Amino acid sequence: MNYGIVVAGASLGGLHALRTLLQGLPKDFPLPVAIVQHRGKDSGEPLSTYLQSCSALEIVEAEDKDKIVSGRVYVAPADYHLLIEDGWFSLSTEPQVRYSRPSIDILFESAAYAYGKKAIGVLLTGANQDGAAGLKKIKERGGLTIAQDPVTAECGVMPGSAIAARAVDRVLPLERISGFLREKATRAIPQGEKI
Amino acid sequence: MDKEHACDTVEKIEIQLFLEGVFRLYGYDFRDYASASMRRRILQLMEIEKVSTVSELQSMVLHHEKWMERLLMAVSVNVTAMFRDPPFYTSFREKVLPLLASLPLIRIWHVGCSTGEEVYSMAILLKEAGLYDKAKIYATDINEVVLNKAKNGIYPLSLMKEYTDNYIMAKCGGVFSQYYTADDKNAVFNEGMRKKIIWAQHNLVTDSSFNEFDVILCRNVMIYFNKSLQNKVHELLYGSLKANGILGLGTAETLRFTVFENRYKELDRKMKLFQKVM
Repeated sequence: MNYGIVVAGASLGGLHALRTLLQGLPKDFPLPVAIVQHRGKDSGEPLSTYLQSCSALEIVEAEDKDKIVSGRVYVAPADYHLLIEDGWFSLSTEPQVRYSRPSIDILFESAAYAYGKKAIGVLLTGANQDGAAGLKKIKERGGLTIAQDPVTAECGVMPGSAIAARAVDRVLPLERISGFLREKATRAIPQGEKI
Repeated sequence: MDKEHACDTVEKIEIQLFLEGVFRLYGYDFRDYASASMRRRILQLMEIEKVSTVSELQSMVLHHEKWMERLLMAVSVNVTAMFRDPPFYTSFREKVLPLLASLPLIRIWHVGCSTGEEVYSMAILLKEAGLYDKAKIYATDINEVVLNKAKNGIYPLSLMKEYTDNYIMAKCGGVFSQYYTADDKNAVFNEGMRKKIIWAQHNLVTDSSFNEFDVILCRNVMIYFNKSLQNKVHELLYGSLKANGILGLGTAETLRFTVFENRYKELDRKMKLFQKVM
């Protein structure tokens, strides 16, 4: 099975969870990773700077029309939705979805549409319901969906909602998610190959 | 071809045909908009109107002009706020206003002004710097419904708390409430703040330039366009700026993927303020 992208969403407790996830991804991790972490409009230090200190991968705040490059981690900028187009990102200031901008659902749905069965969705800790509908879209279109085991989450509501919505293929404790991703991402989709 | 994939392809074709039809009949050109968010907004409208295919929506829009207005509202994003991104306004005051101070007349084009909140913010900034009387702000949008709201300058009182916070965060020097009169529901911006603003309908994709400007603000407008349309619009903006003119973009926007990257210098990398250099 060949995958083309990992999309991950986190809310309450996400900073710790994302650090654990990213720590487990090696420098030669062959897929691009796109992340939505819920946070306030003006959170001071960019999230990418905070996460960079624990990752071997290059972490950037996505800018409009950034090309999607393997082995790079893209974080949705504060107060923008992050969407995946055909090979690049676009941003949007559309209204909040489930009280959130960036919205995990919007990222996941656009990944499902652009990558189909080549998308991997990961839903981590959080106190709301964002991400469940998007993860379901990824699953419906043949992609692989993972939820953090609610028991290992700082707040289990968000992954729990996705599990209840039957949107999840694998429920894994936080520490095992990156290992599972490494295993699944052994070969990247060559660039330019039609998704 | 599996079933999901077949549906996708049909939907993709339908959206292309739909946007082509809208362009040919009404002149609104959405064909080069970024497809993921355009698709999302079309699907949202379909859900609200309870139609199951894009073709059905197309039939409604092409046969009844009132549906074109609905479509225009649905696909144009009108999220805005006074002093949105307060550090942008701080930076504009510190880095741009000194460059404008010596000009006899300051012409500003606010592109995609939506309901006008950011235009009034700029008017306040100029007023507090003593530059408002020699300024002329041209505020344009594709959508006449939001332009009329902007013209009226009436906003729900419930938003003024957030706007006041933004005003303070932008490090403005006055008292925000001096710029409007409030009744129990609304805040109405003072006539004095509105007199130098010219509101006009303008379509960035199909209309040409109409003046030369010292400043062009085009924040979070081009994020809805694909790269080729962005380049086209950048050409229009570049051509509409005077020598040494200022271009302001949204904080997550960049000139990196355009052919105009080297035609500007960065005044503020983070707040996306650029100066035309050649």
